[in-house]
Amino acid sequence: MKPSFWHRVDRFARDLTPFALTLMLLVINAIPFHIPGFAQVAPLLPLIGIYFWAVYRPDLMPAAAVFLIGILHDFLSGLPVGVSALIFLVVLGAALAQRSFFFGKSFIIVWLGFMMVAGGALTLEWFLLSIFVGDLVHARSAIYQFGLTAAVFPFLAWLFTRWQLAFLQVD
Amino acid sequence: MNDRERSISRIAAPVRTFAQKFVYIGLIVAAAALMLFGKIEPAAFERARAQVTDAIAPILDAVSRPLDYIHDAVGEGKSLLALREENARLRIAQDHLLQWQAIARKLETENKALRDLLNFVPAVGTETVSARVIGDSGGAFARTMILSAGSREGVRKGQAVITGAGLIGRVQEVGLRSSRLLLLADLNSRVPVVIESSRVRGVVAGTNGETLRLVHLPPDVVAAPGDRIVTSGHGGALPPGIPVGIVAAVGEAGIEVEPFVDPARLEVVQVLDYGLDGIIEFKAGRGNKVK
Repeated sequence: MKPSFWHRVDRFARDLTPFALTLMLLVINAIPFHIPGFAQVAPLLPLIGIYFWAVYRPDLMPAAAVFLIGILHDFLSGLPVGVSALIFLVVLGAALAQRSFFFGKSFIIVWLGFMMVAGGALTLEWFLLSIFVGDLVHARSAIYQFGLTAAVFPFLAWLFTRWQLAFLQVD
Repeated sequence: MNDRERSISRIAAPVRTFAQKFVYIGLIVAAAALMLFGKIEPAAFERARAQVTDAIAPILDAVSRPLDYIHDAVGEGKSLLALREENARLRIAQDHLLQWQAIARKLETENKALRDLLNFVPAVGTETVSARVIGDSGGAFARTMILSAGSREGVRKGQAVITGAGLIGRVQEVGLRSSRLLLLADLNSRVPVVIESSRVRGVVAGTNGETLRLVHLPPDVVAAPGDRIVTSGHGGALPPGIPVGIVAAVGEAGIEVEPFVDPARLEVVQVLDYGLDGIIEFKAGRGNKVK
């Protein structure tokens, strides 16, 4: 039986949510919390969104969406345009490459995988910006940022897993 | 029919993964190209950036209000707890301030008399625009903030942003209802300053770290920890005499300046319209390092 028109609209809207949720993380990242020093070390939330969906539903997190998220992140954060886009795409590629390895493995393994990828991504960001500025950029806040991003991952992953079970079950 | 569908998918699947890989690599190349383009032409993405910020500004504004409220409430509670200490401290401070007031009065009369003597032309009147901090999205490698006022309110590129305590930074991009503030600590921030006591000119540069660096001083100038640094007004974009920071350390690595304002706690700031656009072209992109 061919699915009805409304069924397809519903399907499409649901499929759009991983992208929309990651966009939301992007905006949340920009909210001022007025905690001294927090803005510099705030977890890089979109990275978590991209990694999670790339591992669990790569069909809903295509490269073009990741590119768009990266460009918007650059616009909002004041970074040179293209830096985050490049880094997020590399994260996507790394997640897709590791994907088959994660099947049937425990969450700890997925988390460790995320830490490796996030660490690589932040190092790459530091490297790109140092080239861009022509000087070694202070990297201390990036180390804290890595720690916080890794620490937030389980919470968001749990939320995303609930979301996936509730709205994105393949029928 | 079924056979045909299967054979099509057998051919289509590899073609599809190939196309996906192609798109992936294409996008990576595009991102790198954008970076390169932004390096060559720093002003290229300014408009797009301002528009995106403008579009998100209402959301950020709405979300940041309750957060500001919570922050204020927490601050209120803390200050209630510290009331006794605070009171004792303020009494001492008041004694000091009364002494300073006496000195200031004396200097004011003297200043007036000297100005009358010289027919001194006073500085241009300065207008201010107040704005809320609605975005603080720098991350580890950029120090910028989004303000809730834009060209509609009279904010223009290059204007100084201050609080009562001193300079915070300058306006980097202006949208219709929002603007981006480049903090002093950002790698691209350069502000012409003087050492207040010796009147030696220099430039305060951001390092992405907690302290700023005082550069471009004339040779064999001595700066000592504790020297106050204020804006010089050179270039015409910033009014002279806005407090910037205090010399924290002088060492092999250069002169470190600790800024007066900690941007982390800011909720409301003032944008100064000095009435001059500045003779120095204010560049928005990264990597315009003054060597």
